[in-house]
Amino acid sequence: MKAFKNHFFFEFHTGLADKSLLVMNYLLPLGLYILMGLSMKDINPSFMEIIIPSMIVISMLISTILRLPGPFIKSRDAGIFRNYKINGVPATSIVIIPSLNTMLHTIVIAIVIIPTASLFFKAPLPDKWIAFILVFLLTAFAFTGLSVLIGALSSSSLTTMLWSQLIFIPSMVIGGFLIPSDLLPTGLGKIGILLPSTHALNLFKFYSYNQSIDYNPLWSMLILLSSGILSFGLAIYLFNWDNQNKTRRGNPLFGLFAILPYIIAAIFLP
Amino acid sequence: MKDIVIEVNKLRKVYGDSVAVDNISFDVRKGEIFVLLGPSGSGKTTTLECLEGLRKPDGGSVKLMGLNPNYNYSNLSNLIGIQLQTSGLPGNMRVDEAMNFFCAYHKKSPRYDLLERLGFKEKMDAQYQTLSTAQHRRLSLALSIAHSPSILILDEPTADLDDQSRVELHDIIIESQKRNTTILLATHNMAEAAKLATRMAILWRGKMITAGTPLEVTATGARLAKISVRVVGSSLSKPDIKFPSVTKSLLKDEYKIYYSANPGLTVSAIIKYISKQKDELIDLRVERSLEERFMEITDNEAKK
Repeated sequence: MKAFKNHFFFEFHTGLADKSLLVMNYLLPLGLYILMGLSMKDINPSFMEIIIPSMIVISMLISTILRLPGPFIKSRDAGIFRNYKINGVPATSIVIIPSLNTMLHTIVIAIVIIPTASLFFKAPLPDKWIAFILVFLLTAFAFTGLSVLIGALSSSSLTTMLWSQLIFIPSMVIGGFLIPSDLLPTGLGKIGILLPSTHALNLFKFYSYNQSIDYNPLWSMLILLSSGILSFGLAIYLFNWDNQNKTRRGNPLFGLFAILPYIIAAIFLP
Repeated sequence: MKDIVIEVNKLRKVYGDSVAVDNISFDVRKGEIFVLLGPSGSGKTTTLECLEGLRKPDGGSVKLMGLNPNYNYSNLSNLIGIQLQTSGLPGNMRVDEAMNFFCAYHKKSPRYDLLERLGFKEKMDAQYQTLSTAQHRRLSLALSIAHSPSILILDEPTADLDDQSRVELHDIIIESQKRNTTILLATHNMAEAAKLATRMAILWRGKMITAGTPLEVTATGARLAKISVRVVGSSLSKPDIKFPSVTKSLLKDEYKIYYSANPGLTVSAIIKYISKQKDELIDLRVERSLEERFMEITDNEAKK
């Protein structure tokens, strides 16, 4: 426990001094939030109804999917994970500690967004706070899980970037933030089901805002939970310690099992 | 044998078409310093990395305390200390923080005294990224021995170190051995191997050429002795002089060096010749060193 605590605080305090982390965790999400808050009022007024959960989900996407995998590649290339391995640092700590740290940063962002959106953009506050917090935690769990899985399995920054963008860009376009999912063509709607952000927004809208939604919320809950569990489990099991020495326990393609819940949903959800 | 702690049996490792380690076998007993000696590319690091669980062998087996490091590393990590040839730490991790960080994972108290001994007294709060390569190596060594492991695996531990640090490191290795730590050390430095090894193996292009105690290794082969002679006068610089049993001669600095299969005969002939020429003998040394044996082995292997 002492080792885990030491490791956690080391990552936390060094993270605060890391400029790229500050940009990706704070400046970019908050900049985007202000921009969206100012511009979407005229472009898509319905967005303002869900600006709080939308911007929280987008901020999470940036600080998890876009940012979290990168340091894994850098550390692996610098031989840091080799050093960790020979000194008995378990893959569990390497995977979970950055995830917890990132969750902490997303909580800070949420704490900034909720009152300011209400104050400056007249955004409605959640009706059910407990449900809001639980959906927030479930979303953070699923997003960080996918992010660490990408980081744990990727062999290069290029692979990381491709996987991250494969999730981030469609999430922004068809994830239901900018264009309501019921306005999307059927085919695109189906693709939307493959994205974690779609299910996160679905849950926020249903459980904390009592809004009508497109998909059964139980499905979304199950998808995010199972995908998060699979992602963390696979990231730890298949963790790539060293690019030069392929000693991981299985083929990295097994990582694709983490998206199985989304594929099942795309097939079975109406 | 009960006291064997490291076992390497017919180890083979291949990278693409290149065989890095070919059918190597050796064992290391408790409390020994076993040295793998060989030039770069001889397979030392690959052998160690298979033992460290960082690479999977393509053939044969490796065991530490009877356990396969590729499958049981979590059981072994507190018992083994490893200094890798290349590794890293987060750039912003401080020296004292690194000690605290890894000792916590080994469930041991941090050994700041080791850091002081290895020259970090004034650098405890220096970040890893500000340290020199030699300091990285010294820190890596301190971290590898801080948890008092039963087995210490060191890969080129003195590369890039200054003389003072090298001596300090040799002292630490010898002290660890006295505490019954088993040490497996890879080096290309023959003086280091001769100084530290209880037993050793010479590797060449992935193969183990010979193994034994330093005495056994140097006593085999052509048994050439190196005779270094320095005189005042020009008698030894004449090109046509020949001494018995000399297979090769060369001039190095101010010394004439002869390689002889029968050093007694050669030395007496040299002394007789010098006194006949009325030159003054300043220095004469006879060595049967590891260096000569190593050169002989590698020359022979290169000719194959």
